[in-house]
Amino acid sequence: MNGSPMPLQRRIHNLGPVTRIPLGEGKVYEVAGRALAVFRTRQGMLHATQAACPHRGGPLADGVLGSGLVVCPLHGFKFDISTGSPVGNDCRALRTYRVELTSGGDMLLFLDEP
Amino acid sequence: MTQRLVVVGNGMAGARFVEDLLARGGGKRYRITIFGDEPYGNYNRILLSSVLAGSHDAEDIFINPLAWYDANGVKLHAGVRVAAIDTERKVVRGANGIDERYEKLVLATGSGPFVPPISGLRNEAGAFKEGAFVFRTLEDCNAIGQASERSRKAVVIGGGLLGLEAARGLLERGLEVHVVHLMDHLMELQLDAKGGAILQRTLEGMGLHIHLNKSTREVLGSPRVTGLRFEDGSALDCDLLVIAAGIRPNVALAREAGLLVERGIVIGDDLATPGDPDIYALGECAQHRGRTYGLVAPLWEQAQVLADRLSGRDPHAHYAGSKVSTKLKVMGVELAVMGTRERSGADEEIAYEDASRGIYKKLILRERRLVGSILLGDASAAPNLFQAFDREAEIAGDPAALLFPAAAEVKPRSVLDAPDSLQICNCNGVSKSAIIQAARRGCRSLKAVCDATRAGTGCGTCRRDVQTLLEGTLGQGGTAEDPSIHYYVPGVPLAKPDLIRTVKELGLHSVSSVFNALAEGKEDPASKPGLASLLKTVWGKDYEDERDARFINDRVHANIQRDGTFSVIPRIYGGVTTPAELRRIADVAERHQAKMVKITGGQRIDLLGIAKEKLPEVWRDLGMPSGHAYTKAFRTCKTCVGTDFCRYGVGDSTSLGIAIERRFQGIESPHKMKLATAGCPRNCSEATTKDLGAVAIEGGHWEVYVGGAAGSRVRKGDVLCVVESHEEVLRFMGRFMQYYREHAKYLERTYDFVERVGIDKLKAVLVKDEEGIVARLEAEIQAAVDAYQDPWEEALYPVHPQQFARALEPSREKEPAAELAEALP
Repeated sequence: MNGSPMPLQRRIHNLGPVTRIPLGEGKVYEVAGRALAVFRTRQGMLHATQAACPHRGGPLADGVLGSGLVVCPLHGFKFDISTGSPVGNDCRALRTYRVELTSGGDMLLFLDEP
Repeated sequence: MTQRLVVVGNGMAGARFVEDLLARGGGKRYRITIFGDEPYGNYNRILLSSVLAGSHDAEDIFINPLAWYDANGVKLHAGVRVAAIDTERKVVRGANGIDERYEKLVLATGSGPFVPPISGLRNEAGAFKEGAFVFRTLEDCNAIGQASERSRKAVVIGGGLLGLEAARGLLERGLEVHVVHLMDHLMELQLDAKGGAILQRTLEGMGLHIHLNKSTREVLGSPRVTGLRFEDGSALDCDLLVIAAGIRPNVALAREAGLLVERGIVIGDDLATPGDPDIYALGECAQHRGRTYGLVAPLWEQAQVLADRLSGRDPHAHYAGSKVSTKLKVMGVELAVMGTRERSGADEEIAYEDASRGIYKKLILRERRLVGSILLGDASAAPNLFQAFDREAEIAGDPAALLFPAAAEVKPRSVLDAPDSLQICNCNGVSKSAIIQAARRGCRSLKAVCDATRAGTGCGTCRRDVQTLLEGTLGQGGTAEDPSIHYYVPGVPLAKPDLIRTVKELGLHSVSSVFNALAEGKEDPASKPGLASLLKTVWGKDYEDERDARFINDRVHANIQRDGTFSVIPRIYGGVTTPAELRRIADVAERHQAKMVKITGGQRIDLLGIAKEKLPEVWRDLGMPSGHAYTKAFRTCKTCVGTDFCRYGVGDSTSLGIAIERRFQGIESPHKMKLATAGCPRNCSEATTKDLGAVAIEGGHWEVYVGGAAGSRVRKGDVLCVVESHEEVLRFMGRFMQYYREHAKYLERTYDFVERVGIDKLKAVLVKDEEGIVARLEAEIQAAVDAYQDPWEEALYPVHPQQFARALEPSREKEPAAELAEALP
């Protein structure tokens, strides 16, 4: 069985219009039983990560964004929102998700399940 | 068009200057070449004695390894002595024949050991006899270390700082150590006779043998050193000799190049040599206004000035000389010295001595200003004294008090002596060893250590200890100052006054426009809230509000709690409420199932555990204005019952407090402002330890206090003025608030601000109006008061449909926490 790829189930969810997220902020979405934070940067990029900070469960969607980082509002831990990597702390990395914008301005979230 | 910059000298001055130049973007202007006499990167010479003592390894004291030069595009000729400089052709010639052309040349040749004329020191070949050394370089240090293993009894010639440090190293290696000194007391450059005597006693207690007034005539023995004979006829046997009798600037190269040389290479305030404006000198080899310096602090100042000039950041920067003050340890004994050592003329001298504990303290005052001080054995007063010395401020009150800082300000022992496991940062649980490791791994500034360990990023109280550990680990010369500490926010490289001026000049009304114009578009998230606060202060109602620049508390006007819910604190003016208001608060608490109802320290009522999406509803039901208990702004004014009911009250503190709170509610500021008014000096409302306070005193007067603290540290405020009426209290408080809004760094509390600026300056500006700005300050604060709008009105008019969007479901918060627990070992 070595080498054969794990069968993946890809589900694409429409999260609705991008304007639901204020520019430069994040918002929590609940998709397929999990909570995600979707961020809309001032440069127009979209990123999705797990919603809760791995440190103490803080709401990352309420954090301040900038330079590709989110700062957790509870204790100031920083994470890279495109890779999920911790920055300046040794927390576990955030899970990240692929999110894309349609030509109609809707956000599509890609969830890959084994 | 890049120019060629050649630096001669890769020691503390040369390398530091190059670092400073690169930090200012000088790498774009210059192709930089350094000649270094020693075959490695640069190291911290101050720590050589620690290497000799065995407490540091040689690699611990390196500042920049060879790879650093490559990584920064700097060409280093390591181990290449410069043979000559041709100033006509603008060429530096290395001893290995390499020629480097330059457009700008910086001489940082440092100094070399001074070897007094002693007969019998050298063998026929002209080299030192076996067992005799100078103490200046890492190579010397290694050689002495190796020789010490075969030696039993060492003599150090020189009882100055360098000699005593060498003696410490040898003592710790287990040798019998004698110090021979020409003068009649130790460390005569830093200490007076009394201090020298007390130091001598302490050092003798450690096992050092000290011989004063001894001039060495002859070195005995051949080919090995076996002893010394002195001018007075006496002799001393030894098998190791270290000469540490002082230093002399290395000026031969400059002299041969035809530059003006006296004791050092003569330079002007522009650090250039008078004869050749393209040649500069700095550090121990330089002579500025007739002085040469042998300490590290002046050298840092020179490096910064020259880097400012040559990088173009400030082409007119000039160096006006250094006020010499230093704090060091001599064989583990604390010593801080500044200014003059001896009084002259009508100077006042205050001295304290406790010889049995090795403590000696002395102040010299001239017209009530500190002009000199010695602190030996206990330097806890040094920070206050350095400040008084630097500012040349008149000393108010009893100057003797300066020698003995109040007990609360002094830690019983230095953090350096504490065990490695000691928790330094009590907010984030960072240990002493974690901080030391970060410093050893290459974090050289306070900010770098704090970023890497999170120490000092909570309440910030421990930052002084972190700095002490940093200096203790890297030595005074090994630390770097992060230029961003002078910036208003770390992500925009401007100090507050420059930032405000630029923002006004360029008409930057929004946070994103500031990043675009002044930070190359890089929006540092940590800098956003500070910029938002500043722009609001600068532009008032013309501020272009971008909500993403705000911290969550300021987006939803409530204080986030550890479970992601919020606390709601309505304004209760002066802490005076009514039964009807209390009933309404109780009803709201029940209806919305507040998890806790709490009386706050600021005489208000806190409803805790409110979900984000519920906030607008709770505010509407309360029907009370926001208490701003979540933001960097005027918070509250505590009051006592003053003259209405209290039988001691001498002033109506209650209505004053209410008036203050009605006027200044919600005024944004660099940090929060907590106020109080007290109806008599019993101070029940604790007004003297508030950011601003008013205390009624007999005779119908009010004392206005500023800069009090009862938080992570405790400080009694300073009296700004004494006035006669409520209106005047409001007026002076308003002036202070506006001045604080304009001049404090972001997140600088009033108590740090008042200490930084000094109460005398504040009185001069705000009371005596010496700068003529009081009318403007009053107009600005009035405009801010007029622009006030209750943020809780956004319950009815949200700025965005998602402003109060639900955050995490409480049930979801447990999930990651459980995973985290599993992930831990």
